[in-house]
Amino acid sequence: MRLFQKNIVPILFIIICSIGFYYSGLSWMFFANDLLTRLARNSFLVISLIIPVLAGMGLNFGIVLGAMAGQFAAFITVVYNMTGIAGFFMACLMSIPFAILFGWLTGILFNKAKGKEMITGLILGFFANGLYQLVCLIFIGWIIPISNKSLLLPSGIGFVNTLDLKIWQYAIDKFYVFRLRGITTPVLKYLNNINFPVLTLIVVAFLCMCVYLLFRTKLGQDFRAVGQNRHIAEVAGIKVDKVRIIAVIFSTVLAAWGQLIFLQNIGNVQVYGSHVQVGTFAVAALLIGGASVSKATIGQALLGTVLFHALFIVSPLAGKNIMGSAQVGEYFRVFIAYGVIGIALALHAWQRLAKKKNE
Amino acid sequence: MSNGLLNKVGIPRLIISLFLAFLVAAAFSYGLPMGQIFSAMLTRFGMNSLLVLAMIPTIQAGAGPNFGLPFGIICGLIGATLAIEMDLRGFTALFFAIGISIPLGAFAGWLYGLLLNRVKGQEMTVGTYMGFSIVSVMCIFWLMAPYSSPEMIWPYGGDGLRVTVVLDGRMEQLLDRFLSFTINGMRVPTGLLLVTALCCILLWIFMRTRTGLAMSIVGSNPRFAEASGLNVNKYRLIASTLSCAMGAAGIVIYSQSYGFIQLYQAPLYMALYSVSAILIGGASLQRATITQALIGTFLFNGLLVIALPVANVAMDSDISEIMRVIISNGIILYALTRKEVGGDAR
Repeated sequence: MRLFQKNIVPILFIIICSIGFYYSGLSWMFFANDLLTRLARNSFLVISLIIPVLAGMGLNFGIVLGAMAGQFAAFITVVYNMTGIAGFFMACLMSIPFAILFGWLTGILFNKAKGKEMITGLILGFFANGLYQLVCLIFIGWIIPISNKSLLLPSGIGFVNTLDLKIWQYAIDKFYVFRLRGITTPVLKYLNNINFPVLTLIVVAFLCMCVYLLFRTKLGQDFRAVGQNRHIAEVAGIKVDKVRIIAVIFSTVLAAWGQLIFLQNIGNVQVYGSHVQVGTFAVAALLIGGASVSKATIGQALLGTVLFHALFIVSPLAGKNIMGSAQVGEYFRVFIAYGVIGIALALHAWQRLAKKKNE
Repeated sequence: MSNGLLNKVGIPRLIISLFLAFLVAAAFSYGLPMGQIFSAMLTRFGMNSLLVLAMIPTIQAGAGPNFGLPFGIICGLIGATLAIEMDLRGFTALFFAIGISIPLGAFAGWLYGLLLNRVKGQEMTVGTYMGFSIVSVMCIFWLMAPYSSPEMIWPYGGDGLRVTVVLDGRMEQLLDRFLSFTINGMRVPTGLLLVTALCCILLWIFMRTRTGLAMSIVGSNPRFAEASGLNVNKYRLIASTLSCAMGAAGIVIYSQSYGFIQLYQAPLYMALYSVSAILIGGASLQRATITQALIGTFLFNGLLVIALPVANVAMDSDISEIMRVIISNGIILYALTRKEVGGDAR
């Protein structure tokens, strides 16, 4: 019973997804394939949220800046035409300085707004998006010269809306695709048709392990200590502000890589749109996995990604079949994303207030 | 300039004012039609002022700027669409829309207030996401609701209401045109400004009644308020009720002046723009006055109005939307990182 209570959110979403799947009329095969692709391309972004949560900074809506760092690096590879898997890893490498800079600035800001990190991160995301547009739409071609004119708007200033990333699309997804063969068991034989993007999954698994190991190091213990109680940590000689900044930098760098993995699967970048919802969707996914504002595990991140994206796949068709309009499904899933975050935040604040009263 | 004066005016307000003055001078030197620009500024000021004034009750009651303003806004949109559905025109339509909006908005605000009382200290984050959720729920509502007025549904089938409903001939610019006159090519939207003034006076009077004063005390020192027998939660509830009711009426006034009702995702970020306007006016997350709201509305909207033509002439690109995003969110960030003066109880 306690297990049930503890995992009420994921259980609820498993039920919603099952109903949605039933009404969507999708085949298992298509569903599983799509889900696997989405798990591979989105889980990195969700995992990038874990460190700040454990460091007591709540859900880092500021990962939008990480996504921007990733996109800046992607633009550079496009401009210099770096192709294939080398191009992709170059992008990952080049995103690091951007992400460290952005993460550092975010961390400083968060330290000035302690206790209000989440709303600050959210607004910071919007604010940074304004600056990002200023750079991509006004500075590019004007202050920052770009030799390849086909990347620019007809006026010669600003990037076009969609930049093609064919040069390193599927760089790691299709590096080695594994398909099960020769399963003849009637129920399981569908598995034969599922494509496993092996390298991507290895990279994600490797990252999970790194995050897991990180929390066993001295730095990881510092994160936890700061997360549990800032004042006690301070007394214990931990440089709280510094540790918090490091946590945000980690998160931002991971988010930059996450965005690059996402982009290499999609194969193009919506210059003015790809990064905007990254924070909201990643946060919603993490919460659906059963995490809270102050507690998150890798398992919850992965489970949340699966459930949230299952909902993404089924909701338009389910909406069409139940309500007669695919648009309803679209709005429903946007509502779920916002609603889950809203309710989770409200519950957290509520519990904290109740705890304060009891003390 | 002495430090005291600088502190009093506030650095952001000073920067924005100077920037606005600079843009006005630039517009003047480019020979842009100043009459039109000034009348656009006045109109935008009148359009937005009630939505910004709606921030005052919650700030004063200690619940922070009302990021849940969409709760009120959607009620206003329901009122306005109902007025068209019933085929009303002119002032009947306007008053009907406002008359429906206010009680609906008050009810929504009351519910929202109940929530806010349970999440003290996190009102801004929770409010923002609850606002976002209600806007997406309403997206489904606009799709499914059984409206039948041909002006609002799609002409050739398709689901639900249009994304923007044109108010031409219904209540478009009714208040703007009421008693309006022109000096030096500048059209003054008298009716709109009168309504704004009326709202300010009513709010001013309310804030000086027993209830209003109690509300301010609750906000400035909740423990003292509790000790002197005031019911903190009750006054916070009143504040959010009032705020959302004002938001509901505010969006009707906004829509009539704009000439369109914007549905679906349009109200998503409206709360943020109102929050930033009042902060630009010099308010903090704990204290706000009517003057600050008015100054902020004028500065923020004035800047947006004038930036577009100036940027078009000066650099041949549309920078005003980008500027709006940067300024509005930048000012909120500034307010969030400011050390809270006066010892907040949280």
